[in-house]
Amino acid sequence: MTVETAPMATGTLIASRSKQDIQARIAKRYAAERRFRAYGVSAILFGILFLVALFSTILVRGYSAFTQSAFTLDVNLDAGAFGSSSPPTESDLLMADYTKLANRALFQVLGVDPANRADAKAAAALLSANADTQIRKAVLADPSLIGKSVQLTLLAHGNVDSLMKGQFDRNIPEGRRQLSDKQLAWLDKAAEAGFLAKHFNTGLFTYGASSKPETAGVGVALVGSLYMMLIVLLFAVPLGVAAAVYLEEFAPKNFLTDTIEVNINNLAAVPSIVFGLLGLAIFINFMGIPRSASLVGGLVLALMTLPTIIIATRAAISAVPPSIREAALGVGASKMQSITHHVLPLAVPGILTGTIIGLAKALGETAPLLMIGMVAFVVEYPKTPIDAATALPVQIYMWATAAERGFVERTAGATLILLAFLVCMNVTAVILRRRYERRW
Amino acid sequence: MNSKFIAITTATAVGMGAFACAALARDQVKVAGSSTVLPYANIVAEQFGKTFSNLKTPVIESGGSSAGLKQFCAGVGEDKIDIANSSRKIKPAEQEECAKAGVADIVEVKFGYDGIVFAVDSGAGEWKLEPKDLYLALAAEVPKDGALVANPFKTWKEVNATLPDFPIAAFIPGEKHGTREVFEEKVLHAGCKATGGDKLQLAKAEGKDDEAKKKAADKACNKVRKDGAAVDIDGDYTETLARIQSNKQGVGVFGLSFYENNKDKLKVATINGVEPSLETVASGKYPVSRPLYFYVKKAHLGVIPGLKEYVEFFTSDKILSADGPLVEYGLVPLPDAERKEVQELVKSGKTLATAAK
Repeated sequence: MTVETAPMATGTLIASRSKQDIQARIAKRYAAERRFRAYGVSAILFGILFLVALFSTILVRGYSAFTQSAFTLDVNLDAGAFGSSSPPTESDLLMADYTKLANRALFQVLGVDPANRADAKAAAALLSANADTQIRKAVLADPSLIGKSVQLTLLAHGNVDSLMKGQFDRNIPEGRRQLSDKQLAWLDKAAEAGFLAKHFNTGLFTYGASSKPETAGVGVALVGSLYMMLIVLLFAVPLGVAAAVYLEEFAPKNFLTDTIEVNINNLAAVPSIVFGLLGLAIFINFMGIPRSASLVGGLVLALMTLPTIIIATRAAISAVPPSIREAALGVGASKMQSITHHVLPLAVPGILTGTIIGLAKALGETAPLLMIGMVAFVVEYPKTPIDAATALPVQIYMWATAAERGFVERTAGATLILLAFLVCMNVTAVILRRRYERRW
Repeated sequence: MNSKFIAITTATAVGMGAFACAALARDQVKVAGSSTVLPYANIVAEQFGKTFSNLKTPVIESGGSSAGLKQFCAGVGEDKIDIANSSRKIKPAEQEECAKAGVADIVEVKFGYDGIVFAVDSGAGEWKLEPKDLYLALAAEVPKDGALVANPFKTWKEVNATLPDFPIAAFIPGEKHGTREVFEEKVLHAGCKATGGDKLQLAKAEGKDDEAKKKAADKACNKVRKDGAAVDIDGDYTETLARIQSNKQGVGVFGLSFYENNKDKLKVATINGVEPSLETVASGKYPVSRPLYFYVKKAHLGVIPGLKEYVEFFTSDKILSADGPLVEYGLVPLPDAERKEVQELVKSGKTLATAAK
């Protein structure tokens, strides 16, 4: 330091140095700055590299989950299949053997002899076990279809789907493959004739949990997550904002409020599983709310988000300049009026940003849900927040452990859906901040 | 604004109260427990929902046999689960715990067997293993020249000349898994006996009496080496599969059904010359297998709508027979006579305490 500042003061020192020497020093300083910048740039590049690697693997693995192989078949709904009474009663419609109808349509186009039992079994295995439900749904929606031949798109079995997407190697010996040579030949024939093709996978968004990959979707998980986000909004935002307003505007500065402040900051850093344990003890064991309900999940996540919201709200409120409060008080407004009419509206962008970021964090959380029974196989849509439900990240976790090949792409596909939600929420937060934030 | 806050908070509190009241009448079966049983239970629950359109599809939690049984034993009531899935038999200590909480009457249903297989990467050649080989390769102490030494083996070829010259790397289930118990009992213990290690351990064991000594020796037999050659996998079989794919010379422990679904990537090793399959496990020729159970709270039967139907449906011929959906997935079916017995048991509602006599 002394060497560099001293020359400024004493001209004799400069004169005693050669010009070259000084230039070399300047060059060195510039080089040091360039290196300093390069460190920063490389740190960012390093981060981006990881991010790109992560996203591209998920994308490459997951994009195929958004299509689904299905057979387009002419299903003959002859009246004989629906019992003897005409028109068929409701129970006839429910109990009819739709699997038989689906298989018959498939055998016809593949040229399989139904009398050959081995062939028939192998061919029937190409259709999803859910094909009967699909036909039943179509018939129940429009009973006038009975007696006609209807073109329906029926899901293919998960193995067929994996094969169509190239996830099975068809060149390995037959014994180690999920599909036999004969089944491969049928599938090639079907794909060539055009009645076996990949369609957009709406089921991924509408189905609940399933043991078969082709009928597994994130529908129930999405609804569960939605309920939980609503509950977090309902509980955490009013409580958090009220607490922050009091602490910032009314509370005296003393030991007690300092302790509270330290504790709020601490709570924000507590591992989320602890909140799960708390939820299990209080909401389930003490209050008796049923396990696996999104109400419990929402309450636990609300507790978890509360510190984030309080901290963000306090920051937003303290960013409002005191002159505004004073001006309001000066024209005769009460303290409450100055807060509700002036301070809070000006702090809203900051509060919203904090809330959305807190919600995004809660949306991606799995650990606390483990303790309260939300890591579960739930087929039916929850009608109310106390019905059993599951959440989006939990669904990803459950699929990651499944054995069938079709669940690998679904794991990545569901991750993409979750990421899309998170990106949307964070972008909204950024836009809100950009557009409405005031600087004084 | 303040009054609005109060209004919203009151409304939500009232809403919550309404939910809590509605919660009193549960009309959905709740199940928790073993992750090994989970896929089977999922299949049954799904079919159940399809078959009984007037009843709700059961909710099935995963989390492990012990965690499931713990929840199961928490007590009787609408807010407690009805069924615990388990990949092992309930322990007497757990049964006591249950009885203390008022869950005295438990119906034990054994619904099939699960084979445990050793598999290698599909390109790793033929593997013919014996419990002896696995014991010598993986135990912490092995007998050598009549004395116990710390495991000196580095490659499989050193253990058994017919095995490939691969460094020993085995991915075995971690200690929290029910599978680990079977692995210890049916593989390590058997290998220990076959090599004479059990006698050496017994001679070395310390204890008050013979029984304590034997216990200590058994424990020492089941000790796995800690030098990195045997890796505990605490996650699921998907993790073991990923490990094998990154280390093509490794050996992994899987459930038979998981292997069946991934046999294009894995090759199974024979044990004592027997290849694991539904038939060899069912007949008992393949030695490494275990029964799968679920436990039903008798006090809930007839109270929770759908519970009786679910249990009867699970044990029906349609589900459990050799061409049913569970066997298709990879469950080793009960022999016909045993299945009939289970169906009788479910019908009579015979509980565990009386069944044990």
